[in-house]
Amino acid sequence: MKPIEIEKVQAVLDGFTNKSVYVHLETTNGAYASHLNDQAYNVGAYIRNANVVFNQAKLVGNGKVYRAGLKMEMGWIYAEGLTDWIMHEDTKLLLAGHDREGRLMVSLEISETPFSY
Amino acid sequence: MEKHVVVIYPHPDDESFGAAGSIAKFRDQGVPVTYLCGTLGEMGRNMGNPTYANRETLSVIRKEELMNACKVLDIELKMLGYRDKTLEFENRNEVAANLKQIMEEIGPSLVITHYPEHAVHPDHDALGAAAIEAVRLMDVEHRPVVWAQAITNDYHEVLGKPDIRNDISDFFEKKTEAIFCHDSQASGILSQFKHIDKLESEIQEDIKERFSMEEFYTWKFED
Ligand SMILES: [Zn+2]
Repeated sequence: MKPIEIEKVQAVLDGFTNKSVYVHLETTNGAYASHLNDQAYNVGAYIRNANVVFNQAKLVGNGKVYRAGLKMEMGWIYAEGLTDWIMHEDTKLLLAGHDREGRLMVSLEISETPFSY
Repeated sequence: MEKHVVVIYPHPDDESFGAAGSIAKFRDQGVPVTYLCGTLGEMGRNMGNPTYANRETLSVIRKEELMNACKVLDIELKMLGYRDKTLEFENRNEVAANLKQIMEEIGPSLVITHYPEHAVHPDHDALGAAAIEAVRLMDVEHRPVVWAQAITNDYHEVLGKPDIRNDISDFFEKKTEAIFCHDSQASGILSQFKHIDKLESEIQEDIKERFSMEEFYTWKFED
């Protein structure tokens, strides 16, 4: 993946509005957090291939770290800590945030076709 | 001598970090070894360092790494096709039945798996429990011996001293070679041994000490 280029990513997001899309949304601090540090907590959540329609999408950030908000008719999809992006197989938008060791901490992915399951 | 050893773990790299030395020792004796790998580690968070994998390419990369590690260890590989982080939610009896069927085709004399409830990752606990259940379902006279591996920080205190302690120093290089096949994962996992005040040589010693002994508990079936 490469550092987020806001104009390019915003344009891709706009292209997904008002379409039936599949979303992968995830956050994790790993399955070993409390194994490696007994003061830490294991937390994580993911949803894969949620089929949604959003009518508005916006990426906001400081040039390095970004937040994404997707507005649906009945609710929101939100991700914070996004740093990198890539188009996967030309059509799937992948956004992710990594820590300094390159480990994934958050991920938001949008595609008109389902992600592998 | 063992007839055939079956290793059952959920993730590509569990075999290398957990049992590569014991596996290499068996292969050195000419014992066939088959690895039943539960998932492709699709949900891992190590993406290489610097990052070169992403959530969608990780499974492809890890599958390749897994096949390379099995080549290095000279073992047969069967991928079970479950999904990372979901094994505890699958029907335990169905997973056990699947494992039992595969094992009946192979006819192992020894099975290596994780010690349920003492293996830290929910996938480890769940697949270990299913593997033990699969063996339990076999006729007593056909049951292979089960070596269960605990990896919690306090398993010595909680479970007592393991009865199987394999000093694998002679196969340490092989083990390291297998671990480094899992390039996308290895640097992230080994980085826990890196401390600012430690020299590279001390880190090497730490890693050697941590990984030269492979310990297992022989599972005691109650029926
Ligand atoms: Zn594992």
